[in-house]
Amino acid sequence: MSTVPTGTWVEVERVVLRPDQRAPTIPEDTARTPYVMRVSGWLLAPAALGQPARVRTLIGRELEGTLKTIAPSYTHSFGEVVPELLDIGTAGGKP
Amino acid sequence: MKRDTSYAAVMARKNEIMKASLGIDYERYISSPVAFDYERLMKDTGYSLDDIARTQRETKVGDTPLFELTRLTEAVRAISPRGKGATILLKDEAANASGSFKARRASISAYEAKKRGYAGMIAATSGNYGAAVASQAAMRGLKCIILQEVYDSQGIGQPEIVEKGRKCEAFGAEVHKLTVGPELFYCLLLTLEETMFFNASLYTPFGIKGIETLGAEIATQVRARYRRDPDVVVVTHAGGGNLTGTARGLLEAGADKTRIVACSVDLSGLHMASDRDFNRKSFTTGHTGFGIPFATLPDRADVPRNAARSLRYMDDYRLVTQGEVFYVTELLAKLEGIERGPAGNTSLTAAVALARTLDRDQVVVVQETEYTGAGKHHNAQLSFARKMGIEVRRGDPRENVPGKTIVIPERLEQVTGSEQSMDKLRISYLKNAAKAHPVKKWTDTDKAFVAADVKKDVAWLESALREL
Repeated sequence: MSTVPTGTWVEVERVVLRPDQRAPTIPEDTARTPYVMRVSGWLLAPAALGQPARVRTLIGRELEGTLKTIAPSYTHSFGEVVPELLDIGTAGGKP
Repeated sequence: MKRDTSYAAVMARKNEIMKASLGIDYERYISSPVAFDYERLMKDTGYSLDDIARTQRETKVGDTPLFELTRLTEAVRAISPRGKGATILLKDEAANASGSFKARRASISAYEAKKRGYAGMIAATSGNYGAAVASQAAMRGLKCIILQEVYDSQGIGQPEIVEKGRKCEAFGAEVHKLTVGPELFYCLLLTLEETMFFNASLYTPFGIKGIETLGAEIATQVRARYRRDPDVVVVTHAGGGNLTGTARGLLEAGADKTRIVACSVDLSGLHMASDRDFNRKSFTTGHTGFGIPFATLPDRADVPRNAARSLRYMDDYRLVTQGEVFYVTELLAKLEGIERGPAGNTSLTAAVALARTLDRDQVVVVQETEYTGAGKHHNAQLSFARKMGIEVRRGDPRENVPGKTIVIPERLEQVTGSEQSMDKLRISYLKNAAKAHPVKKWTDTDKAFVAADVKKDVAWLESALREL
């Protein structure tokens, strides 16, 4: 697998608590899953996807995790059209 | 020496971490497990209303417009009994830096953090408060870390929270994106301990004092234009800070006859810590999953004593369905020509229903709006809900089932909401208080505090305790 160069903007992931380390009072479906954290930063040394990596964040702190995403970006949107909304408050138009 | 970072060990260090990161010694105010000197805690912040307004002006907060929603008011009057249909006003809090009233809460914390020499501030929040803290920190030259609950275990992010994370990063914050779970608080404690940053909790006296200007501005603006005090102010309710701060500001401005009405989206049946339910709700805050537990047990917050005490100021509590809020959100765009986000539109929905029962010369104020956009927009939420297997249709909103079906009303007449019994909440508060401290040990000070905390007198309390 190719190595990602130092200075690339990436996202790392870290398991904060394994299922057996989680809070005692959570619902059963949540208790089965690990408690996971992701954070973005600039890669401090070359690393490959899925491998341990160290990043410097926007405020200059250094954090560790597993390299998860190269150039993480935001793709959230307005979603697909919801036809049920279109004729609310209009004078008409829907045949 | 390396400190023990296990869940139990960090939680056990909670009090010492809190004290260092807040600079407030709560022990000075606490008199028993159920009572503390609330007014002294608030007063000891040292800020007058004028001080807060001046500080907020420095960082683009406050003096927001108050709009009359003329076409929506007309639409309500058209379906109201003769002589009914109050004027609906909207306080456009989206005009604050970061796009919501939360900038008011963050502003005083950021000012305090800077003054006391902290290098940065931290908040654990999936809401608009994160962007508000990041924005205020940016203006004060402070570093900022936001911890948010955003993904389920499949890595699917709630679109509204994804957008809030983006905004925090846009203001230069380090954003920790976490999966579902109450361990967010554990992560907050660990990060506070590691960084020695200021804890910009929503529930400190600073977080509440910052909102008092909102209530005071509403009183001033309504009086100037309508020559009366607002008859009703409707507040979207979750953790209780918005309601507490607004009500305190109104009282400070002398508007002591104004009714304070809370409103939350009814999400009963969904578990807030459930990995499965997480992405099956279309509202990330302003819902009953926070509103009811925080009203009945305010001190469940991330500080030793919560400065947000909603039952102390609440006159009524209205519940609305997800479908009703989506209908009114769409109507706001089509009739009033503005697009705003879910938080203010929740109280707008209750206000529309309430206005029908109020006289025409009365005034009902929706006390906040928030920005909307990708992820936050109601179309984004409904489209996401459909992808998560939720049924979305038009019809009778009483057929809404949180986590299963969203029914968007067909007509404005169907937007009615429902009433949450206040006495039920008060009794539930008393039961929680009795769990914290057996009633037989309650002193007169305890009783006076508890009675005031549920907006009742001691005679009511004595009688309620006998029936508990």
